[in-house]
Amino acid sequence: MTQTLSYKPTFTKLVSKEGSAEYPLKAIHVCEETFAPLEVAYDYEAIKAQVSREKIAQGPNSIWRYKPFLPVESENPIDLGTGMTPLIKSNRLARRLGLKHLYIKNDAVNMPTLSFKDRVVSVALTRAKELGFTTVSCASTGNLANSTAAIAAHAGLDCCVFIPADLEAGKILGTLIYNPTVMAVKGNYDQVNRLCCEIANTYGWGFVNINLRPYYSEGSKTLAFEVAEQLGWRLPDHIVAPLASGSLFTKIYKGFQEFVKVGLVEDKPVRCSGAQAEGCAPIAKAFKEGRDFVAPVKPNTIAKSIAIGNPADGIYALEIARKTNGYIETATDAEIIEGIKLLAETEGIFTETAGRSTIAVLKKLVESGRIDPEETVVVYITGNGLKTQEAVQGYLCEPLVIEPKLESFERALERSRTLERLEWQQVIV
Amino acid sequence: MFSPFLPLSCFDLLVGKMSVKVLIPTPLQKFTQDQAVVECDASNIQELIDVLESKFPGIKSRLCDENGNPRRFLNFYVNSEDIRFLNNTATPLSDGDEVSIVPAVAGG
Repeated sequence: MTQTLSYKPTFTKLVSKEGSAEYPLKAIHVCEETFAPLEVAYDYEAIKAQVSREKIAQGPNSIWRYKPFLPVESENPIDLGTGMTPLIKSNRLARRLGLKHLYIKNDAVNMPTLSFKDRVVSVALTRAKELGFTTVSCASTGNLANSTAAIAAHAGLDCCVFIPADLEAGKILGTLIYNPTVMAVKGNYDQVNRLCCEIANTYGWGFVNINLRPYYSEGSKTLAFEVAEQLGWRLPDHIVAPLASGSLFTKIYKGFQEFVKVGLVEDKPVRCSGAQAEGCAPIAKAFKEGRDFVAPVKPNTIAKSIAIGNPADGIYALEIARKTNGYIETATDAEIIEGIKLLAETEGIFTETAGRSTIAVLKKLVESGRIDPEETVVVYITGNGLKTQEAVQGYLCEPLVIEPKLESFERALERSRTLERLEWQQVIV
Repeated sequence: MFSPFLPLSCFDLLVGKMSVKVLIPTPLQKFTQDQAVVECDASNIQELIDVLESKFPGIKSRLCDENGNPRRFLNFYVNSEDIRFLNNTATPLSDGDEVSIVPAVAGG
């Protein structure tokens, strides 16, 4: 899987997202002057000179086919087959919603831990090794912990992850299996993050979403690159993605821009719309109220993996949604559950609660006329529903228990068909 | 490390200077002679910022923007609670409170 083509590194420095301060390519994540996030800068001429559609297509079947756009220099980056997840042309969901060209980017089947986090962690840990870290760590609502623990295990790095103590059981197990040290912190995600900042400062560990964050977050750009390539080297008209910290959303936008900048795709406007759960919607609130700052909120929703009350990239997500003529919408827990069933029943994809809010919001945007039926729409499914089964338990049908006799089966079948008909009638009436 | 039982002092009507512990983030420790924790006497956050400035000249311009408000990428917590959920810079401080100053971080 690691037959990476050789490329010269193209990343040059870290720059502050506010003002013009520049920093060397070390493990730092905030500007010393303003505390604004730092971002990796590239030499786009150097990228342009090294890439072509053909060369990318010949590359590994993973995110590393886009290596010149990523902030690593290793000849052999950590590659567990992350990325190149399916882009599915939706028929049944599209018809149900009244859309003509709907695509689903399915990171519920990303490798190795079934969420988009494998993209960012593969980049962060490759960079961590380059920077000489031997212990890596993260503050996580679950998916990131799974991913960091798994990829650290593969790369032979020591790993310590911090999670909120009230997380879904399945997600803790999915981290413990890789045998990292797991600290379950009694507090919400923001409190966990705050503790980790203090630890990163004193222990010299590589925290993927703290001191390695400028490198880490770049991994999300591959969600844009793959969609453009999978659409036949063109950009979609409209994307809908979940918003937690806002990082994924801003990097998808950046990814499309970069492909335009180096001439891999033709420029055209891409509308970027975001989804938040109503119980934790600081960015959506700011969007609707026309504010240019994001007031933090205390999370209270089943969509734990996007329950970030104090989103660091919130203002940038706001900016992008506004300037691309997108929209940021919320979904209630009930709508999220309904989205659960809709995507599963129409497309055979079981996404986690975060992904659910994306479908619920997609539906709302279509219903309110904010998405045109003619638009080529890509909806990002970022995690796997098997990790958050608790969220849907109690909302699904029970199995029909029968005797091992044909007669018993036939009675039950007749009964279930009657129930189905009744349900249909209820919907119609 | 942060006791959940510390009262938030809303009913504490005592007036006067309070000794609080302040956790300084790494990028600002060059102002505090590399101290990660400093003790200060202040009765609210605004006053605390001014006290820090008098002890460590130059630190205020890093904590606050041109208008004197805490920078938007910085979070101030009093005993684990974000001051934006309390009373912002007017949030009162009591003896023994712990104030931590932490840059915003991205999600997971």
